[in-house]
Amino acid sequence: MEHPDPASNIAAFRETLANLSNQVDMLAAQVAHSAQPVTEAAGGHGSFFVTGLTVLVLACFVGYYVVWRVTPALHSPLMAVTNAVSSVIIVGALIAAGPAGFDFSKVLGFLAVILASVNIFGGFLVTQRMLSMFKKKGK
Amino acid sequence: METLSALLYLVASICFIMALRGLSSPETSRQGNIYGMVGMTIAILTTLASPIVQSYWMIVLGIAIGGAIGYVVAKKIEMTALPQLVAAFHSLVGLAAVFVALAAFYSPEAYGIGVRGAIAKGSLIEMALGTAIGAITFTGSLVAFAKLQGLVTGKPLVFPMQHPLNAALGVLTVILIGWLVQSNADAALWLIVAVSLALGFLLILPIGGADMPVVISMLNSYSGWAACGIGFTLQNNLLIITGALVGSSGAILSYIMCKGMNRSIFNVILGGFGGESAAAGGPAKGPQGSVKAGSAEDAAYIMKNAQSVIVVPGYGMAVAQAQHALREMADSLKHEGVDVKYAIHPVAGRMPGHMNVLLAEANVPYDEVFELEDINRDFGTADVAFVIGANDVTNPAAKTDPTSAIYGMPILDVEKAKTVFFIKRGMAAGYAGVENELFFRPNTMMLFGDAKKVTEEVVKAMEA
Repeated sequence: MEHPDPASNIAAFRETLANLSNQVDMLAAQVAHSAQPVTEAAGGHGSFFVTGLTVLVLACFVGYYVVWRVTPALHSPLMAVTNAVSSVIIVGALIAAGPAGFDFSKVLGFLAVILASVNIFGGFLVTQRMLSMFKKKGK
Repeated sequence: METLSALLYLVASICFIMALRGLSSPETSRQGNIYGMVGMTIAILTTLASPIVQSYWMIVLGIAIGGAIGYVVAKKIEMTALPQLVAAFHSLVGLAAVFVALAAFYSPEAYGIGVRGAIAKGSLIEMALGTAIGAITFTGSLVAFAKLQGLVTGKPLVFPMQHPLNAALGVLTVILIGWLVQSNADAALWLIVAVSLALGFLLILPIGGADMPVVISMLNSYSGWAACGIGFTLQNNLLIITGALVGSSGAILSYIMCKGMNRSIFNVILGGFGGESAAAGGPAKGPQGSVKAGSAEDAAYIMKNAQSVIVVPGYGMAVAQAQHALREMADSLKHEGVDVKYAIHPVAGRMPGHMNVLLAEANVPYDEVFELEDINRDFGTADVAFVIGANDVTNPAAKTDPTSAIYGMPILDVEKAKTVFFIKRGMAAGYAGVENELFFRPNTMMLFGDAKKVTEEVVKAMEA
């Protein structure tokens, strides 16, 4: 068996290192490149904007007609329930808190989940409490 | 999978619409609330099932903590403290919106809107809007909460250069959004947060306590639009629909409240109402004359011998927690064969529908409670109008005096009743700073004292 001398050993090591750093550069270039289509895909966002706007406008109309039919006596429960319902923002919080690993966004997501949950549970419960008090004569 | 979750989100949206639809009558309202809960459960489970959500412990912990807090608060809260509670809840939605927008900014990959540092411009605008509205809702609601809770004075806090300052902050926000879109810079987004927080604080501070019904409705609306903005960022129709529902609901409530005071929304938002006019209006035009003060016994005697009594509750009833004593009084009257009804002005109390909830809490059947336009005609034939803790909403100056601060405001025509009782602590003017000439009319009798104490005395006198 031949024992390679330290000098050639170091040379081989250097070569591997250079190879590695080349690979890293290539990967970085690839990442940078692949980032392009992602942003472009997000640029296709423009089409969602139109869809979203359509949904928004239609939902405003639905909201307008539904809310005008709410009896004034129940305006307080209406506020409480819309407040609970607007906590559907928890959907965004879950996406932030969901991924594996741990980063700043996850902390933000966690906090948002707590805040939204307070609202969801508190809002629906207090609405229920209010509504259960509204009784007709003789009951 | 994506199609399925989109469909489930649609189901959740419909549940939310049904929840609001249920509130068109008290009978269907409880079912409506259940629809709301079902919708929310579907929305949460659908999101949890999506592939992006991989670790659950944080989520479960968060929901457990938040849910426990919400549960305890909702169970313990006094019904009179409802306006504060709603304001506090609004602030939470606002803050949650800010957090979600920031999270989307720092991990755009999770939301599929680009990579860190290169987020699509459209998304940045939506994100910035969601953040700004959320932040304004947060601090604005905190101020509203503090005012309603009595932590800061309910009087409008006006300071010089207020409106130019607010306008400047608004313009600054727009500039910052432009900078954010250009640069993708962290600093820009954080500055938007900071400026919007300050703006929310400054916007609500000058608005007086009795304008809080409008403010709360407006903040309710804002929290919806914030959800909407986030919905665009997340490309999620559920958030957009829900945000639009909540946003339009709040806007309509603000409109109803403003109409109830015959003031424009701008007049309310610009604030300062009440404080100045009290100083300017002054004693010069205040009607003078002798005031007839009565005792609880007098009131009890007159009401027992009446055919019909209309009760007009106001914020004073809420403050004194007099609703239960009032119900007892009505029970005694009904026992004597007197017809008792309740008349509610749209802006009575500190939030829309505040009086209705308090009366319901005291077991007053909701079919004895009427809105202004349904009952105003009945005052002409009523023997007694029993005004408890209300003032401006009964002031005939709103109809007769074009110089009055409340001119044009729809009022309850209590002056048409044969006898009018006013329960008041003293002769102080109402919120609008306007003297009420009704106090000096011959058919008016003042019952001075705490609303609850006086009502209890009347009940006692009736039973005697």
